[in-house]
Amino acid sequence: MRRYRPDLPGMVFGSVALLALFGLPFVIEKANRIVPGVALPLSQALSGGALLLLMAACAVPLLYAALTRRAALRGLAAAVAVVAIAYTLGAAATALSPLDNHVVRIAPGVGCWLALAAAALLVIDAVAQLQLPALRRLVLLALALAVLMAGLVSGHFDHVSMWREYLANADRFVHECNRHLLLSVGSLVAAVSVGLPLGLASFHRPRWRQAILTALNLVQTIPSIALYGILMAPLAALVVAFPSLAALGIGGIGYAPAFIALFLYALLPIVANTVLGLLQVDAAVIEAARGMGLTAGQVLVRVRWPLALPTILTGIRVVLVQNIGLAAVAALVGGGGLGTFIFQGIGQTATDLVLLGALPTVALALVAGVVLDALVELLERRRPA
Amino acid sequence: MRLGALLGRVLGWGLLVGFLLHPTTFARWLAPLTHDGAPAIYDQGDLWSLALAHLAIVLVATALSAVVAITLAVVVTRGPGRAFLPMSRSLVSIGQTFPPVAVLAIAVPLVGFGATPTLIALVAYGLLPIFENALTGLGHISATVLEAADGMGFAGWRRLWSVELPLARPHLVEGIRQTLVISVGTATLGSTVASKGLGEVIIAGLLSDNAAFVLQGGLVTGLMAVLLHDAAGVVLRARAADGN
Repeated sequence: MRRYRPDLPGMVFGSVALLALFGLPFVIEKANRIVPGVALPLSQALSGGALLLLMAACAVPLLYAALTRRAALRGLAAAVAVVAIAYTLGAAATALSPLDNHVVRIAPGVGCWLALAAAALLVIDAVAQLQLPALRRLVLLALALAVLMAGLVSGHFDHVSMWREYLANADRFVHECNRHLLLSVGSLVAAVSVGLPLGLASFHRPRWRQAILTALNLVQTIPSIALYGILMAPLAALVVAFPSLAALGIGGIGYAPAFIALFLYALLPIVANTVLGLLQVDAAVIEAARGMGLTAGQVLVRVRWPLALPTILTGIRVVLVQNIGLAAVAALVGGGGLGTFIFQGIGQTATDLVLLGALPTVALALVAGVVLDALVELLERRRPA
Repeated sequence: MRLGALLGRVLGWGLLVGFLLHPTTFARWLAPLTHDGAPAIYDQGDLWSLALAHLAIVLVATALSAVVAITLAVVVTRGPGRAFLPMSRSLVSIGQTFPPVAVLAIAVPLVGFGATPTLIALVAYGLLPIFENALTGLGHISATVLEAADGMGFAGWRRLWSVELPLARPHLVEGIRQTLVISVGTATLGSTVASKGLGEVIIAGLLSDNAAFVLQGGLVTGLMAVLLHDAAGVVLRARAADGN
């Protein structure tokens, strides 16, 4: 008889999720949004038939994920577990919230977070092991986002503290979210339109290359809050000199310094990857193209450029993910974005407000990473052999 | 070339230490950035002790990250730990998409204000470059070298210690240098959660609209990052040369 050997990561993370779910506090009950609360295990958060049913709904798929050897089934079971744990959280929050008191907050506890993280990790691991093609990964991502959105708008989570924080700030959230995207994507577009020609120029002139890359490397070492701050002074002076600029929204504080700082941080990966991409094209390929009678310009446009594109796109991926994170700091100079909630939350010691800023920032960066990874892969497959 | 590099190093460290010990000497260059008679040099604390606190938290965090990350990389590249290699790879790529501010913000509710959340964020964020580079270093040792080591009777710990880690050292050093640069910058954010460091100077400048504070805080941390990157290269490379 063949010996049964379980998948080790599945076993470990499945057990971690189970232990966290049943051994650690599942929710935290707080008298209001600022005070520290009382931690409750799952067994005290719900009762009766609902408790048994939901415990089974979480535990059965986790057990299955811990024991099965097939990656696809493990991923599927873990995904079911993620949904079940989230559903249980919503149900527990609703059950614990008094009908007449809207100040009480029910927040997820350590056990809930850990179980969700371990189960999500199993899903991600399964997807990685299956080596799904780019398009299918995108479909899975869209599906996951759709389930998340449907769950959030369904009203099932209305009593969970973070979602309550969102409902209280919905208008501002949409505004800051748009601002965040405008900052990170806008500065990326600006950096690409300057960085590509700059990369091309430094590709042709090796002497400039070193100087440009060194300068851009130095910019990267300046801490983000300092760079935002340093740009405030010249911009303020500029507006004093040309008051008409203020009408365009340019000023010492606010959007402009944040945008320019993100633009400067974005330049290095784009210029460096453009140069790298153009340089790494095989010399034999170039020679063959020249032998076929292509001019230097044609070689650049038709041969070097398409071959360099995946590397350049990798640079763009790095920049977008980095920009989404750095844009969260822009709030410190009045630049807006999701960081507004993070720093307000830190100031008020309101954890839910911090999470309202931090979780969407993380989610945006993750989605941007997955989408651009898939794009790079699609381009690489399509490139002429 | 060597002389030039040495000169640059001496100049850089001289400038950094000189500014931190006698900042008033530089006041006249920063004064034009202030207005309404605001001070040109940070006056709410001693720059030297802030810089030392900043350096201390960065070095402690980087050392902790290095120990944890290299241990993890060793575990997942051999024996039963190998089963965790694909998962640890995806964990690293996800971890790198986490913005440092978010890590810091999530740590505060768990451990409170002060140096602890900053240290946690720095360690967590510093793990990734070292782990990634260590995986590359340990994973790209040629099979023939390992076979030769086995043939010479180097097994287990001994092979790891005297063959694999020395061969992976350039990658380990590169990872540690990347972490140092990232940590010096990220540690400035620690001041938003009341951790002692140079971020204090920058934030004081932002709050009082004093560009001179912001500039000196930014330039000092930037210079510190560049010099640490360089110093780590020199120190760790020199030890590699001793070992050979």
